Amino acid sequence: MLKILLAFVVGGLICVIGQLLMDLTRPSITPAHILVGYVTGGVLLSSVGLYQPLVDLAGAGATIPLSGFGHSLAQGAIKAVEQKGLLGAFSGGIESTAVGVAAAVIFGYAFAVLFNPRS
Amino acid sequence: MVAVKGNNEQQQEQENQREEYRLLVESVKPKHNILKNCVMAFLVGGTICVIGQLFLDFFISQGLGEREAAAVTAGTMVFLGAFLTGIGVYDQIGKIGGAGSIIPITGFANSIVAPAMEYKREGFLFGVGAKLFTVAGPVLVYGIITSCLIGIIYYLLQ
Repeated sequence: MLKILLAFVVGGLICVIGQLLMDLTRPSITPAHILVGYVTGGVLLSSVGLYQPLVDLAGAGATIPLSGFGHSLAQGAIKAVEQKGLLGAFSGGIESTAVGVAAAVIFGYAFAVLFNPRS
Repeated sequence: MVAVKGNNEQQQEQENQREEYRLLVESVKPKHNILKNCVMAFLVGGTICVIGQLFLDFFISQGLGEREAAAVTAGTMVFLGAFLTGIGVYDQIGKIGGAGSIIPITGFANSIVAPAMEYKREGFLFGVGAKLFTVAGPVLVYGIITSCLIGIIYYLLQ
């Protein structure tokens, strides 16, 4: 139960930071900037070891926001470098996010073809 | 004399109209209530993460390792985000939740489906195929570049 609460609070706060960034800089920071910024920020925070503690604390509250995608990219790259050397820097990030990316392409394609916009 | 007076009145009237128009625009323009937006982003973003946590716990209880469970959870949430976008529900969530609906991975799925669906009439290559990556493209480009650089730096420091 505590885990669920922590996921709620941390996930919610991560979203509030994005909302503030958008509202206080409107209209120069768009949702696309937010998504790119969160992934890149997640990679950077993860690489200096600051994101893993957040994942340990909040679980999905830290992995579901897109910064968690960045964390997965960075950890994949670092772990693969440890195993395969330089080659791992190029393969690790994509390998560790492959399920998410493939799901996004496949389901994204399927639902875009299946459904039509409302308005 | 009469003509000049007429001009003045006209100007006065135009100014009144302009003022009325300004007030109308003010009243129709959506107000950006930052506090309310933040509360809604917190609630919606938090709720989406809780749904993710429930899936994560479920997949772990089914015997998946932590990494696999996290990957399958991400895939499941992407599926849900894409489906809800297709049936037009995610737009409604987005109107309420703002960043709370954009930042979770379901919002990433939304950013993939919405433009692809919108531009379907431009064909399956440059409509659906290309527009799937309107936002996902930049996200992957910068994410992959940064993570590769981190990997290279890590390799050099090892």
